[in-house]
Order: sequence, then structure tokens, then C-alpha cells
Amino acid sequence: MLKNKRILVAKPGLDGHDSGAKVIALALRDAGADVIYTGLRKTPDYIARIAIDEDVDAVGLSILSGSHVALLQQTRDSLREMGAEDMVVFVGGTIPPQDVDTLKKGGAAAVFTSDMTIDDTLEEVRSLLV
Amino acid sequence: MSEEKQFKREGGGFVGNPLIPKPTTSSGLEVPKVLEQQDNRDEAPLPGEYPFTRGIFADGYRGRLWTFRQYSGFGSAEDTNKRFKWLLDQGQTGLSVALDLPTQCGYDPVHPVAEPEVGKVGVSISNLSEMEVLFDGIDLSNISTSFTINGTAAIIYAMYLACADKLGVPRAKLTGTIQNDILKEYVARGTWIFPVKPSMRLTSDVLIYAGEQSPRFNAISVAGAHVRDAGSTAVEELGYTLANGLAYVEELKQRGGDIEKLAQRLSFFFYVHMDFFEEICKFRAARRLWAKLLKDRYGITNEKSLRLRFGVVCGGSSLVAPQPQNNIVRVAVETMAAVLGGAQSIFTCAYDEAFQIPTERSAEIALRTQQIIAFESGISKTVDPLGGSHYVEDLTDKMEAEALKVLDEIDEYGGVIKAIEEGYIQGKIATRALERKKKIDSGETVVVGQNWFRRENQENEHGETFSLDPDTASRVTEKYHALKSKRDDALVTESLQRLQQAAITDSENVMPFLVDCCHAYATVGEMVETLTEVWGEFEEPLGL
Repeated sequence: MLKNKRILVAKPGLDGHDSGAKVIALALRDAGADVIYTGLRKTPDYIARIAIDEDVDAVGLSILSGSHVALLQQTRDSLREMGAEDMVVFVGGTIPPQDVDTLKKGGAAAVFTSDMTIDDTLEEVRSLLV
Repeated sequence: MSEEKQFKREGGGFVGNPLIPKPTTSSGLEVPKVLEQQDNRDEAPLPGEYPFTRGIFADGYRGRLWTFRQYSGFGSAEDTNKRFKWLLDQGQTGLSVALDLPTQCGYDPVHPVAEPEVGKVGVSISNLSEMEVLFDGIDLSNISTSFTINGTAAIIYAMYLACADKLGVPRAKLTGTIQNDILKEYVARGTWIFPVKPSMRLTSDVLIYAGEQSPRFNAISVAGAHVRDAGSTAVEELGYTLANGLAYVEELKQRGGDIEKLAQRLSFFFYVHMDFFEEICKFRAARRLWAKLLKDRYGITNEKSLRLRFGVVCGGSSLVAPQPQNNIVRVAVETMAAVLGGAQSIFTCAYDEAFQIPTERSAEIALRTQQIIAFESGISKTVDPLGGSHYVEDLTDKMEAEALKVLDEIDEYGGVIKAIEEGYIQGKIATRALERKKKIDSGETVVVGQNWFRRENQENEHGETFSLDPDTASRVTEKYHALKSKRDDALVTESLQRLQQAAITDSENVMPFLVDCCHAYATVGEMVETLTEVWGEFEEPLGL
């Protein structure tokens, strides 16, 4: 269902919890997407650069350290500076409910938390990329 | 993936009842309907006797209760010092320091990658002056302090020694633990800095130095908790953790350490999940298997060296955001499993940790949960009350046998270090995490309030929110600049140069040089940079 879609799964900041990022990366790949995983501790500039060089359709940021608002902002800034302000960016992680709106206003096309099912998550990613 | 039952899903959750739970443990071991007396079973030795299945002490908790050790730390050293004093006033018996990610990964708070993370998941401690504030008014000779620190464990331990020196506390009086388990960082927690081999050297430098300087302080806590949290089963948690433990023993042996003596300072840190009996049996099997491995493989006979001591964390990934107050019950069940399994220290997560740093209120409930179990439930009055239960003894045997298979599999692959460098264990854990998630999604694994038994409007029940002072980073940065302007720069440079020389010389122990750097108020970032110039950085295997 995500055939021919290229998605970058990225870990910005210093958070080392990569289980969620890997689960999503594996699930996206199983759904047919071409997935690139950055590995840990990447700067927003690095993530934006890879997203552009690899010509991806979307970037998923996985953040569990509580720094999601700042890191989304920085990633969006980097993307804009590199001429990719229209890039679809979604965010997943330990996100307090009161921050979801803030993230959406800050340029997150979707926000995923661990209580969502994989199917629902994939469906939402798909709907963002049609 | 296993055959799934098809449940009816409506809106956000499944409707009806999950009916019959699958008769297997969470690791997939078969659960018998009932077990009869088994004639071939040997009489189990008493608690305190090799191989310590029933506990490492003859008098269990009657001699000494487990330590109530709540993981805590956020913001600046001043903020955390205040929370520590509050927790001690509430009856907490040990401190457990949560450090922020810049400190854990070796960046000073002014580094560009550090800025959004300063004080977020723990307290920012970039140099000795911050640690002096952290422990201000707390008697280090009289409280055991645990640090969840790995990549920069050697530095934080050196700083703790320097702090004790400054406060006039003899190093030999220090008690507590530094996690210092780098192997599981590569596998599951991610705060690695150097490549595996120099990291192993650093770990054993700490162990050897700590053995001489602060013999009552545990210089390592081999941790399975994070591996479990990342997705592994209980059996794999046990197998990988003991495999890592053996790798450290091997490294110490190679470096000429007295392993019989050093084994007495090894401690372990496990997770407690919700499968009650499997968790209890995991702890019983862990003690027995570890004692046997050290005896059979290393010829260690001193019983003190064969005793596996462990702390636990209750909560973690078993806690969920939907209907968060249910997490209080989960933590209570898990704490009982930890007590019946014979844990030496327990950290109970707060119910809101699935979505935020705990508030004072939620942190209090977590501590009270332990106190209720310790002082009201009565389950700690007799030692190993489940010993001799047909089911418990049988499941203990099975857990031991299955964990041994995991150890054998790693041996066959070529050892833990190779398996980590090539991403073998990481790949297995990621696959397991996906399996676990799919079982929850399909309704096969029941998570009350999340996939089953949801209710309308339950999204709005998160209660009191925690908010960090938005000026934390700027306050910390200000202090950092002030420190840098008043310290003796020549002394800092000289101590860093000597550290670098020690790092280059493989036979040298870097610890005394790190302590000197700390005394000179060198920063964590400076020390890490000095070492990285010699050792380089770990390259993460990225295959999925």
C-alpha cells in the first residue's frame, strides 16, 4: 500500500530509544515502502540533507526525550533553508497529549504515539502521501 | 507471526471480552494446567546456599529490606537536589540519579546538539561544581547513590569520587552503583560514545579502580531492563544480560583483574513486566544460572562472588498512556513479583511516565506502592515463600534452560562483541519489538484500557501535567560560562593532556587521571573529546 514511496525514518537529538523508530521502519517496509533509517543522534541539518539527497516522500521523526517541539522546529527550519519546505514530516514518540496540537501547528502532518496500532499509523501515512 | 485470533474492533479498541488467555508465558513457554509432584526433583538448597535459587541471603528481607530507589532527576542540579531532599523526607532509602542526555552522551550544555535536551530526561551535570550542588546537604557517607550512566560512566564515577574528596567523605565509605554497562547501550539504549573495544577497556578500568578505592560501591550494574524495554522477551533479557555479564568478567580476566574479588562488585538490573510467575522465575533462574556459569566456566568457588545481586525497575514499557491510573495497579503487581523474586532494590515507575516526567504527586504514589507492599502486605516476612511450588520450580528450570540456549546462540555467533558490532542482537530485538506490537494490535496481548476495555472520552484523563522551567537551559549555560571563567585553565589543560597519554597507553588505568581532571573542573565534554581523539567513535550498524 506504500509501494514506490520513499520514507526517511530519523532519530534527531540525543535520545537513544530506537525501538519505536525501528518498529515503524520495519512496518513501513513490510507495507511496500522504501525505507531509509538514519541511526541515532542525527542533527536536523543532517536529516534534512539526507531527505533531499535521497529524494524521499516523507520524513518520520522519532523522539522520546521530551525535546520534540524544538527538534521538529529545527528540522522544519533546516528543510526550509534547503528548499524543501513542502516536505511531509510526521512525528512519533512519547508525546504528552497537550503537545500534539503544538506539533501540528509547528508543521507535523501527523503525530503518532505508542498506543496507536500499526495499521492505523500506516493508513495515516498513506493518506498523507496520496 | 503466530496465528492470531480475530477479535472485533470498534473505534479505538476491541469489544467484548478477550476470553481465554493463551496458556503460554509472555516468552512463549507452555503453561501447564496443573503440575503434580515431580519425583525427579532434588531437594532445593536453602536460601543463602549455592546456587542461590531461593535467594542470596539466608534471612532474606528479614535481615534487610530491599532499597526503595526512585529514579529521579530533571532540570538543573538545584532542581534535582530539592527533589532528592523531598524524596528522602518521604522515606526513600537510596538515591538514583537521572542524568540528562547531553551528560550521558558526553556533550557540554553549550554544544549545539545539547541545547534542546538540557535538563529534559535528567539533571545536567557538566562538571564537579554541578555535582557539589546536586549533593549539597546530603550525607554521602550515609546514603547509597545510584547513577544511570554508561557512555560517560567512568567520568561521572570519577566526579563522584572527587565530590566525596571535596566533602571530606572517605572514598571507602561510598555505597551505591554506577550502571557502567556499555554493551547494552549498543544494543538497546543508545548512549554509546567510543567503539566497543576501548569501551570495554574503560569499563574494566572503572571496575579495577573502584575495587581498590571504593570497595563497597558497585562499579557496574549489568542491565537487562533496557533490552527488555526495547522488545526482547523475558528469556532473551535473561540470556543477553548474563552473556554481557560474562563478557565483562572475561575482559577483566584478560586485563589481569582478580575476577573472584571483582565478581563481588558486579550487580545486575532487570525489568519486571506483567507476566507474574515468569518474572519471579526469571529472577530465581538468573541467580542459579549466574552462580553456575561463574563456578563452571571460571572456577570461582568463593560463595560471595557467586551471588547475583540485582535491582529492578517496575513499569517502563508495560505502562501505557490510555487510562493512565491503571498503571498504578500494574506497578503494584510487578513490585510483588520483584519481592517474591528476591530483588535487592526496587524502582517503581510513576503512572504518568508513559507520557511525561513524573510530577511530585505521581512520584509519591510510586514510592507509596513499594511501602504498602513492604509494610502492609506481609509478603516479605518469609524467605522465598514460593520455593517448592511445583509450577514455580518447574518454570524456573525452564527459564534457566531457555536462557542458556540464548547464551549458546551468541557463543555460536562468535560472542557478544561480534554480535553487537555486526548488529545481530539489535536486529533480533527490533524484530521482537514488531512482534510484540502486532500482538497488541491484534488483541492477542491484552492491554487494559489501550486495546481492550476502552471507553469514550478517556483521552482526557491524564491529570496533572509536569512542566519543566523553560529557562533551565539558559540557567545551566550561565553557570557553565561562570565556571569556565574562574577555573585554573593551565591545570585543566595539563590534566587533560595527562588523561590523553593514559588513554594512549593500553596498560594504564585512566581512572586516576579522570579524577584529576574532575578536581581541576574539566568538563564532561572536554574529557570525552580528549578520549575520542584517541579512541574514535562507535559506528552504528544500520541494517534493519
